[in-house]
Amino acid sequence: MYEFILPDLGEGIHEGEVLKWFVRPGDTIGEDDPLVEVETDKAAVTIPSPRGGKVVSVQGKVGDTINVGDVIATIDDGSGAAAVAPPPREAKAHTRVETPASCPVAEAAGMKVRPKTAGPVPAAPATRRLAREMGIDLKHVPPSGPARRVTADDVKNFATGKSAGAAAAPRAEKTEKIDRQAEAEFAAHAASAIPLLDIEPLPDFSEFGPVDKEQLRSIRRKVARKMVTSMILIPHVAHMDEADVTELEEFRKREKQRREGRPGGHLTLLAFVVKAVTAGLRAAPRFNASLDPFKEEIIYKKYYNIGIAVDSGKGLVVPVIKETDRKSIIDIAANIEDLATRGREGKLEVADMRGGTFTITNVGVLGGTGMMPTINYPEVAILGMGGVQEKPVVRDGQIVIRKMLPLTLAFDHRIADGADAARFVGEMVRQLSDPNLLLLET
Amino acid sequence: MVMGSLAQETEIAIIGGGPGGYVAAIRAADLGREVTLIEQREQLGGVCLTEGCIPSKTLINAVDLIYTARQAKRFGLNFGEAQIELDKLRQWTSSVVSVLTKGVAGLLKNRGVEVIKGRARFTGPNELALEQSDVGSIKFRHAVIATGSRINELPEAYDLPVWTSADALTLPEIPQRLLVVGGGYIGLELGLVYAGLGSRVTMVQFFPHLLMGADQDLVAVVVKNCEKRFEAIKVESKVTGLEKSSSGFVAQIEHLGETTRHEFDRVLVAVGRKPNTDTIGLDILGLSPDNHGKLEVTEEGRTSIPHIYAIGDITPGPMLAHKASREAKVVAEVIAEQKSGFDNRAIPAVVFTDPELAWAGLTEVEAEKTGRKVQIGRFPLTALGRARTMGRTDGMVKIISDPETKLVLGVGMVGPHVSELIAEGTLAIEMGATLEDLMVTIHPHPTLSEAIMEAAEVAAGQPVHINPARK
Repeated sequence: MYEFILPDLGEGIHEGEVLKWFVRPGDTIGEDDPLVEVETDKAAVTIPSPRGGKVVSVQGKVGDTINVGDVIATIDDGSGAAAVAPPPREAKAHTRVETPASCPVAEAAGMKVRPKTAGPVPAAPATRRLAREMGIDLKHVPPSGPARRVTADDVKNFATGKSAGAAAAPRAEKTEKIDRQAEAEFAAHAASAIPLLDIEPLPDFSEFGPVDKEQLRSIRRKVARKMVTSMILIPHVAHMDEADVTELEEFRKREKQRREGRPGGHLTLLAFVVKAVTAGLRAAPRFNASLDPFKEEIIYKKYYNIGIAVDSGKGLVVPVIKETDRKSIIDIAANIEDLATRGREGKLEVADMRGGTFTITNVGVLGGTGMMPTINYPEVAILGMGGVQEKPVVRDGQIVIRKMLPLTLAFDHRIADGADAARFVGEMVRQLSDPNLLLLET
Repeated sequence: MVMGSLAQETEIAIIGGGPGGYVAAIRAADLGREVTLIEQREQLGGVCLTEGCIPSKTLINAVDLIYTARQAKRFGLNFGEAQIELDKLRQWTSSVVSVLTKGVAGLLKNRGVEVIKGRARFTGPNELALEQSDVGSIKFRHAVIATGSRINELPEAYDLPVWTSADALTLPEIPQRLLVVGGGYIGLELGLVYAGLGSRVTMVQFFPHLLMGADQDLVAVVVKNCEKRFEAIKVESKVTGLEKSSSGFVAQIEHLGETTRHEFDRVLVAVGRKPNTDTIGLDILGLSPDNHGKLEVTEEGRTSIPHIYAIGDITPGPMLAHKASREAKVVAEVIAEQKSGFDNRAIPAVVFTDPELAWAGLTEVEAEKTGRKVQIGRFPLTALGRARTMGRTDGMVKIISDPETKLVLGVGMVGPHVSELIAEGTLAIEMGATLEDLMVTIHPHPTLSEAIMEAAEVAAGQPVHINPARK
């Protein structure tokens, strides 16, 4: 009998939501066959079965949250009594110390894992004891120490809702009812930090008419946190302009027809904009940076990874095109197509979302003349693309019809100023107005 | 309760007075609970004190002096050959054991723990029957099973007067030719003791390596020394037949399908230990040990019957006294309604060979098995000043860390006194220390402990006393 423990999903992810079981109890499963699909804060992950055999039981219905370290499935692999095997990653070293003897009894027995373990959260024994006494699961405490070590202060702050990740606190208990008292305390605490901030309890909306309720989960919750963080921490400024893409569009449509069906053949305007942005970032490194407000230093990134906002159907995800400075427009187009497809299908992996330095949101393809995008924290700027529209514009004293692309750059005023933004966007507008310049200068 | 009465009652009954049972008794008593401890032996302290850790380390310490004295010739000090007075060595060992077991008895007495001699067996969920005892039965509210383990027998040696490790520790004689069956830590430690006292030792190991649980780069250092001191080490071999002859024993040893016959004066069988879970009436309770004889327990040390706890060799994990003692404190606290649990991240393992070998936390073998990515730093004692001053450069310290967070995951070491050094490694793992923590902590110079700091530096790619790896 093999008990499969949900392995570490990486990136400090402790839990996931069951999207789909590929098997039911009684089914036979082969080694490495897909077992379950789990959605985390960052991506949907398909977890294969490390053993073959008959599925005895699975834990967690679709929609349930399962935690790293939980037994999620029991598989009869013919090995007899239930032996909890080590998860594929994140070995629980402390329970699998083997005896120094070559005694077969002891060695085999040394492989057994206790039914319940505290898991591999790094914390000193005294801190673990404190958490136990306070009834807190260390897995949920935001760590402040190096190597994600949880300190005694972290545990105390978590208990009183003061922790840096206080916003994360409710997630530990999200399946439980959060009582009004705790909500009020939290609101009072937040208000004490920001003058005039007053988080009033919500009214009972059902008084006024029927309502439905839905848990804030996975991607939606992640987006919510990120937006609040970004809006509170970053003084946003927006700079707006329009690029004349008449010639570029002509060129693009011609090339698209010619290349249809080939890799990168689905040539979109976004691919050109990614290239133009990359050139702009090289000229203005401030927009490819991050600000560490605690150390008071600006971190300039020497790599160019452009995130693109994708509507996944379950919410916003931002997969990243890596090293756009080293890729041709065709390569970038192929990347966009792949990421966008997988994004819509919910098949992006955690690695696809990491390492971005700048984000572009292309909501214009769905309509609208412009928008005020929110910076993808901790980046410094985000470019919003409006919809391309034919407009009357003045050229050489004549009114002509041109295809215009509205652009909005929202940027972090702590790091960059209006003049920087004007130059950055101005350069981009110039390049997008002439495909030859894109060829020459990017 | 009056001693000698047929039936007694107690709040907590602890079965077994080894390093699990007696520690649980003391902690529970200190937390204000009424405790009765049942021990079948004359002396308290279990296998560890009476026929394990303590007598073996007493002998190893003595025999090491013989080796050290021999080695001193290199330093210009000649002590001649040691004169061994076997009677005195025996007395010395048993005096050490005696002082310690009496110490345990005193500690229990001062805490008000009632100690009853006898063999206990469950007759119901709240009752034990005692044999070979003045007390007939004990009723309890909570029970802690701490019955430990016993020596495995070799079927081929059934009914023959071979030695167990317990026999060998009493020094019945110094045989000229000694066969040691089993290449685990017990076989190696005792093999080296007898080799030091003058026996010609042959070791037969069924598995492909000695000390199977440990990383082989560490074991290799010990094996190299054993090869000098033993007559022969036969791995992947087994004793297929054993018979008594006029002068001793004739053993058939099979190696890769080939069988040879050898004569020995004595045979020491050291093929592991098995948990004592088969003779205490667990079936009456409906508790069934797994196929290794171990009882599953929760983090709090409870069996599937919540008021019956199990600790030590009979629970999953290595059979080590210090693991039992930690579990003992946990169950005592849980019974006293404190919040406690066995959540330790590392259980150090120590082998008192020459040189010593020790490790804690993740081993390289386990990292490979689970596919976990690790960053390893090895520091050889040849580069360490203190090891040079001792003339003991055969060894190393190895630190296994997480490549991303630099968290210390495992520490392994071989060399003189590493049984002491491993405590720092264990603390590092338990505290969630990073390589930086070990590197920045000032280690006294010149000491062996510097090797831990140096190994952390190697793992972090910043070694001082060896050349950094070429990039």
